[in-house]
Amino acid sequence: MSPAHLELRDLSVWYGSKKALDEVSFSVPRHHVLGIVGPANSGKSSLLKTINRTLEFIDHSRSAGAVLLDGENVRDIPNVYSLRRRIGMVFPLPVGLPLSIYDNVAYAPRRMGIHHKDQLDHLVESCLRDAVLWDEVKDRLDLLGTKLSGGQQQRLTLARALSLEPEILCLDEFSIAIDPVTTMKIEEVLMRLKERMTIILVTNLTQQARRMADAVAFINASQLIEWGPTEQLFNQPAKELTGRYLNGEFG
Amino acid sequence: MSSANPFIPSSYELNKEKRARRAKWSTLTVTVALLIPVALILTLIALKAWPALSWDYLTGDVSRSGAAGGIWGPLMGTFYLTLLCLAIVAPIGILAGVYIHEYAPDNAFTRAIMIAVTSLAGVPSIVHALFGLGAFVATLGMPKGLLTAAMTLSVMTLPVIITSTREALSSVPKNFREACWNLGASRWQTIRTIVLPNSFGGILTGVILVIARAAGETAPIMFMGAVMWLRIAPAGPERLMPYGLNDEFMALSNHLNLISKDIPGMPEQMKFGSALVLLTLILFINGLASLVRLRLRRRKRW
Repeated sequence: MSPAHLELRDLSVWYGSKKALDEVSFSVPRHHVLGIVGPANSGKSSLLKTINRTLEFIDHSRSAGAVLLDGENVRDIPNVYSLRRRIGMVFPLPVGLPLSIYDNVAYAPRRMGIHHKDQLDHLVESCLRDAVLWDEVKDRLDLLGTKLSGGQQQRLTLARALSLEPEILCLDEFSIAIDPVTTMKIEEVLMRLKERMTIILVTNLTQQARRMADAVAFINASQLIEWGPTEQLFNQPAKELTGRYLNGEFG
Repeated sequence: MSSANPFIPSSYELNKEKRARRAKWSTLTVTVALLIPVALILTLIALKAWPALSWDYLTGDVSRSGAAGGIWGPLMGTFYLTLLCLAIVAPIGILAGVYIHEYAPDNAFTRAIMIAVTSLAGVPSIVHALFGLGAFVATLGMPKGLLTAAMTLSVMTLPVIITSTREALSSVPKNFREACWNLGASRWQTIRTIVLPNSFGGILTGVILVIARAAGETAPIMFMGAVMWLRIAPAGPERLMPYGLNDEFMALSNHLNLISKDIPGMPEQMKFGSALVLLTLILFINGLASLVRLRLRRRKRW
């Protein structure tokens, strides 16, 4: 067993007195894809927010347990911004910032002090290529990112998340607001990106998890029901609930 | 009922139509009825002010207690008073609005601050005048004058700026901020690069409304050094900057107040003249605010 790139130990999250995540533990080796599946409102997004500590922006929230990145507790990383740069995030609804396409992708590099034009040009092009958006926008990089179609904006979001070459890429139901063709395009991209980074894929589509993930974690009502290699979970789940969810009998 | 022809409107639906028409007409009537007096007032003031209006009226000195001459002194007083008030209240109000909306945690303390701001907005201006007198003059020992009057107006207009800043900030969607935070931007970087540039129009509208408010108020300044008459230098830079920070001053609103009721035999056109100038000034500034809002709405970025 290779050392875990990302490991959760008894991670719990509360909003006020309401528990959103209950002692979840699992680990992901480097360059693996972990699929996280489960019904809506079961704590999947809260889980992602504790990884890059953006949970701290939410009033009345707190967490217990540990998130270990290469064995280091993220809570002990002194510079929270450097942590967030190591982790790319893509959310369900595409968010083009009200800036040009170019500035959208260059946003994060600029915030960490990269202002050299050639360097930024190169970065913007390679990220947009990685997100299969380059050919559609290369002639209009000055256009507002918010004017792109939903599917294009989601790929812009992905390009932006890649702009700091994160070591972990988290995607939170990236396909709910986009069309199937774009979804397939992004899935292909992710399979290639896997060579360079570890991917956490939160999804409502169990078939998407089956296509892409090396391992799957099933979360229901704040609790981790079961996690393991993808085919094992789909074919011989240890818990009856897992089988029923993955076969689409509830959720 | 289920056997009825579905294409023939039922009596209920016919009634619904009638009620919808009635609602539309009654709201329209009230709106028109409101516009008529406004139009009448404006026409009346303009007609009565007409004989007084001239370039000399705007730039001339007040003489014979306002019964003759012009309104240069009060005009300059209102100008500097408003400018000073803005210089004080805009930075404080905008910074407070940004703190309350972008940083303050959702707790009892923040809610108490917001209740205080809302209550401050409801305090009558005469109470603000007494507060200014008590706080700045009696307690801090500052002289009555342009500065203390502007400070009093600032306290009065603070809630306007705070509220409009908050509203402008909340028009920027939350997920823009989250996207930036996830990219490793600090709160301040997010505010500076995304939030403020996209709420600028709304904040500016609040600032402009404060100008209109400060220019029109009488009560807060009449205790704070606004006077009936001062000698203004006939020429030179002091004609353009007639008052020092601690000097007493004239102002249009106060001038209008005094000549309208305290001086017998005041020619009508003099009263209506200064009313028209003040009104035009405020309408002009409000128009500016609407224009800014309109322009910024047209180039909406998302």
